[in-house]
Amino acid sequence: MKKIYMDNNATTAVKPEVLEAMLPYFCEQFGNPSSVHWAGRMVGGAIEKAREQVARLFNCSAAEVIFNSCGSEGDNHAIKGTADALKHKGNHIITTSVEHPAVLETCEALEKDGFEVTYLKVDHNGMLDLAELEAAITDKTILISVMWANNETGNIFPIEEIGEIAKKHKVRFHTDAVQAAGKIAIDVRKVNVDMVVISGHKIGAPKGIGAMYLRRGTKISRFMHGGHQERNRRAGTHNVPSIVGLGAACDIALKNMDKDYAYVRHLRDKLEAGILSTISDVKLNGHPDANLRLPNTLNVSFNYIEGESLLLFFDMKGIAASSGSACTSGSLEPSHVMGAMGVDIVLAHSSTRFSLSADNTDEEIDYILQELPPIVQKLREMSPLYGRDNPTPLSCDECRMVTKACG
Amino acid sequence: MYTAKVMDHFSNPRNVGEVENANGVGEVGNASCGDIMRISLQVEDDIIKDVKFKTFGCGAAIATSSMVTEMAIGKTIDEALILTNQAVAEALDGLPPAKMHCSNLAADALHEAIKDYRKQNS
Repeated sequence: MKKIYMDNNATTAVKPEVLEAMLPYFCEQFGNPSSVHWAGRMVGGAIEKAREQVARLFNCSAAEVIFNSCGSEGDNHAIKGTADALKHKGNHIITTSVEHPAVLETCEALEKDGFEVTYLKVDHNGMLDLAELEAAITDKTILISVMWANNETGNIFPIEEIGEIAKKHKVRFHTDAVQAAGKIAIDVRKVNVDMVVISGHKIGAPKGIGAMYLRRGTKISRFMHGGHQERNRRAGTHNVPSIVGLGAACDIALKNMDKDYAYVRHLRDKLEAGILSTISDVKLNGHPDANLRLPNTLNVSFNYIEGESLLLFFDMKGIAASSGSACTSGSLEPSHVMGAMGVDIVLAHSSTRFSLSADNTDEEIDYILQELPPIVQKLREMSPLYGRDNPTPLSCDECRMVTKACG
Repeated sequence: MYTAKVMDHFSNPRNVGEVENANGVGEVGNASCGDIMRISLQVEDDIIKDVKFKTFGCGAAIATSSMVTEMAIGKTIDEALILTNQAVAEALDGLPPAKMHCSNLAADALHEAIKDYRKQNS
């Protein structure tokens, strides 16, 4: 059976060159970079080389890079660390309703500690109203946190403009660039941003490694207490092989970004055009202008059918994609991003995300375009909503027991 | 995550569609929960002669719908009324815990269809 992987926003394969760069740091150069002896000295240089490589992706200086364990840690550190460091200045945070849970749940946790959080709405294309963002700023606002690109729709937020607003009002600005990194430029000299979080496994490095750009002079409380690693900003023995891997992955990403993502964009556009032209009742989720979405992401809803069923049939054909349906989100509700965009509840349950990489091929797109219509048709013929004049949901007494499931 | 039986009923669902000249129809579920099941049946002399389903939902929802139609066919309506969602799940060698509530409504849909039949024929 063919195996087609189109879930690169969930995770990516480790690139062979990355693995190769990492291998000497398990058995041979195994030392702790904090040690003074020969074993420690052997690896210290590797950490600093990787730091330089990551810094080039951000276009920042190496001293502004903090290694950590993942995107969630970076977001937690940026937000909680700022809240704690700036609590004497204010208690208000501005973010959006479509952030990754690593940001949303961190903000919700801070609300319990007395912070006030504004969750900006998005329009039906998933975009922000920057006037609303600016109007939300008060003299108590200590942080603006807006993702660089959305993981579900691929929408790219106007980080440069938001940076200008933040600068004008002297508010710190954090962005979760986990999905943007490696796919589009995340140049911190071009945009005014104080903290940028990335994750290794989205760009061909292993899981369990991430990094944060922290602008020089930005005061932030420690998140992990312990040793003096990372200039006292993040305790914990360096994950040497993975740090080396992240450095190599950033290096490759920067080198190949233009070439790879022009190709990926071609594949994505072909898949998008093919689906929209051959299957009826399909809704594109995200901005209709493809230039305002990441070049690798396509999110569409196949009306009348539920996402998990679709993914299971895809899986039988070897196609790996993901869905915003409740069943696949691990909760009782469909995707909060679809909800924030005002996507109809049935369409939210049928949202399907294809996220490509440069490892995908034209033949794979052709295969998907050939396999997809009969799967959609089979599931629609099974659906009581298909062909119904008024597909109004019935009441659900059972579900009322589950307060979060049905409003 | 799913048993072989669930995958079998999901990938080759039995009795999909609407019974022609159905004399009982039941529908349960809610779009916000992501599962809607519709059962139509033909009852003759209190025996379920034919039963079909249509389901909007996940793999478990489709598999339980398919299974309940197999279990109900040929049963008297009294026998069918004591079929439980739990029994349907067991006939599929179990469901993942998260699916036990939201996607395991097939017996309820069957019961609604029988109630509808009784209402029409009382």
